[in-house]
Amino acid sequence: MNPYRLVRARPEPAFTVTFDGREIEALPGQTVAAALWSAGVTAWRTTRGEGRPRGVFCGIGVCFDCLVTVNDRANTRACLVPVRPGDTIRTQDGIGHEG
Amino acid sequence: MIGAGPAGLAAALAAAARGIRVTVIDSGTEAGGQFYRRPAAEFGARRPQALHHQWRTWERLRDALARQVRLGLITHLTDHHVWLVERQSGSPTVHALRGPLQEEPVTVRADALVLATGGYEKVLPFPGWTLPGVVTAGGAQAMLKGGLVLPGRVAVVAGTGPLLLPVAAGLAAAGAEVAALVDSAVPKHFLRHGGRFAAHPAKLLEGARYAAELARHRIRVAAHHTVTAAHGEDRLEFVTVAALDADGRVRPGTERRIPCDTLAVGHGLLPHTDLAETLGCRLDGTRVHVDDEQRTDVPGVWAAGEITGIGGAALSLAEGHIAGRSVAARLRGREPDRGEWSPAARSRDTARDFATLLDAVYAPPAHWAELITDDTVVCRCEEVTGGAVRAAVGLGAGDLRTVKLLTRAGMGWCQGRMCAPAVAGLTGCRLEPSRRPFARPVPLGVLAQDPDHPSASEPKGRLDTDTGAPEANRAPSKGDTP
Ligand SMILES: Cc1cc2nc3c(=O)[nH]c(=O)nc-3n(C[C@H](O)[C@H](O)[C@H](O)COP(=O)(O)OP(=O)(O)OC[C@H]3O[C@@H](n4cnc5c(N)ncnc54)[C@H](O)[C@@H]3O)c2cc1C
Ligand code: FES
Repeated sequence: MNPYRLVRARPEPAFTVTFDGREIEALPGQTVAAALWSAGVTAWRTTRGEGRPRGVFCGIGVCFDCLVTVNDRANTRACLVPVRPGDTIRTQDGIGHEG
Repeated sequence: MIGAGPAGLAAALAAAARGIRVTVIDSGTEAGGQFYRRPAAEFGARRPQALHHQWRTWERLRDALARQVRLGLITHLTDHHVWLVERQSGSPTVHALRGPLQEEPVTVRADALVLATGGYEKVLPFPGWTLPGVVTAGGAQAMLKGGLVLPGRVAVVAGTGPLLLPVAAGLAAAGAEVAALVDSAVPKHFLRHGGRFAAHPAKLLEGARYAAELARHRIRVAAHHTVTAAHGEDRLEFVTVAALDADGRVRPGTERRIPCDTLAVGHGLLPHTDLAETLGCRLDGTRVHVDDEQRTDVPGVWAAGEITGIGGAALSLAEGHIAGRSVAARLRGREPDRGEWSPAARSRDTARDFATLLDAVYAPPAHWAELITDDTVVCRCEEVTGGAVRAAVGLGAGDLRTVKLLTRAGMGWCQGRMCAPAVAGLTGCRLEPSRRPFARPVPLGVLAQDPDHPSASEPKGRLDTDTGAPEANRAPSKGDTP
């Protein structure tokens, strides 16, 4: 069993986005977090202090653990933002500044 | 109405049915709130009810909402994130940011306001709880219901509370192997309250259905047990689970490892009271105080659903219905006829009684704070450890605000929503409202731009900015420090 079979989903055609330069498939209707989970990715941020990996925690936009850089925009909550064709998703290090 | 969950929808429908024009504002892209969260239309789900209970009720709400929207009585603003509610010349005024990136300001004025912002999950820390793969129980459920995704293949569901049952059942139905459901509640306590449970036959039936679902998926239930730690390098690899003794302490020697890639953990819910707090509504502990019509003590402001206390979707529906009827009467200058809503008032009483009963049986282990080592992260945002929080107490910190000033616990992006219960428990401080000036981080540009906002030019104006202003004023779009 998988979630799609359970609800008898007939998703629209997949598109590609990149995560840290690697191409992954995403589906219309998914959030960035859902697309990353589907691709087996569970961490996309490292913390400012200890550099520890983080991903989804609360899943509903409250905890801000899922911050990620999407199309050069840092501090995007992956659990809220819908994924779009061609998105460039990058692991956010610390506060999301470059260099 | 702020919130399009069961409470906000019931309130909107009850008011609209009595001729009131209603605007429903919600940050979600669809109505339904947490309970009726569904996959986006693009998934083409032909059987979304497979992940739901009480689907009929949802169909009725959904159809009634669509009808009122067609008639023009209800306007449903989706993807609107409310960051501030205030009273301008006596009228509630709602400030929201539109769109997933939350940049476009929107202002809505009303004669009456119903706050139906629901709740969020409480998780008490333990070593390893920040590892990827550890998610809140409700979060796992939300990602599954809304995004049709599982965080991994083998899950442990743990913590305490009635939410763990649908989460374990949902994950298993969707194909995850649920290795164990670990709840710290003591089975004996259910028996002790047997008489009171007997007064809730529908709930007992619901419980029996969950028990059958768990059995069908062969999910092992470890009652009066707790997860003592989550382990892994850069992601969860296994958890340690141990039995509790009569005092709620870990029984030495009972620890065992359960390999898993997902831990869905939760210790109950907390009401989402931020907007009510900035309006100055009276709180009882962590919930918004309301009278029998669901009115807060601020004129023109009602509250319904989990914001007034955690009690499940049926309670939210009943409270919302009563709030909507009260609004309709009051806006016409009439004293409402309580007799008209007596069925809803009865369901409200029953559901509240059941909620207090659940509170009496589901509890985190009494000595949960002993699991927090000095290097366990307590504040996830600012990475403040248990040791640092304890040191602050040693320095004489006696309330959450002082602990926050000394350690930065609660100063990050989530503004203490995640760590406050833990910090309160560790320090013996009262869990009190944190007086955040804004419910959401607001780009500075919006504060400067918004012509309707009286404090736009002087962010330290009449708002209480003493504790959270720096983070509230942070501009996420400018890549500022989280
Ligand atoms: C993550 C999570 C998952 C849950 N899953 C289940 C479950 O599977 N089964 C179950 O029985 N119970 C579940 N619950 C409990 C659930 O909260 C109640 O059953 C029910 O949904 C409460 O209804 P409500 O209308 O009071 O609040 P909610 O359904 O929570 O609705 C509140 C609404 O307000 C909106 N909102 C809040 N703040 C703002 C803001 N500032 N701006 C704009 N909109 C805002 C939210 O987006 C939400 O849609 C869950 C709770 C949580 C937190
Ligand atoms: S997971 Fe908590 S905000 Fe996204």
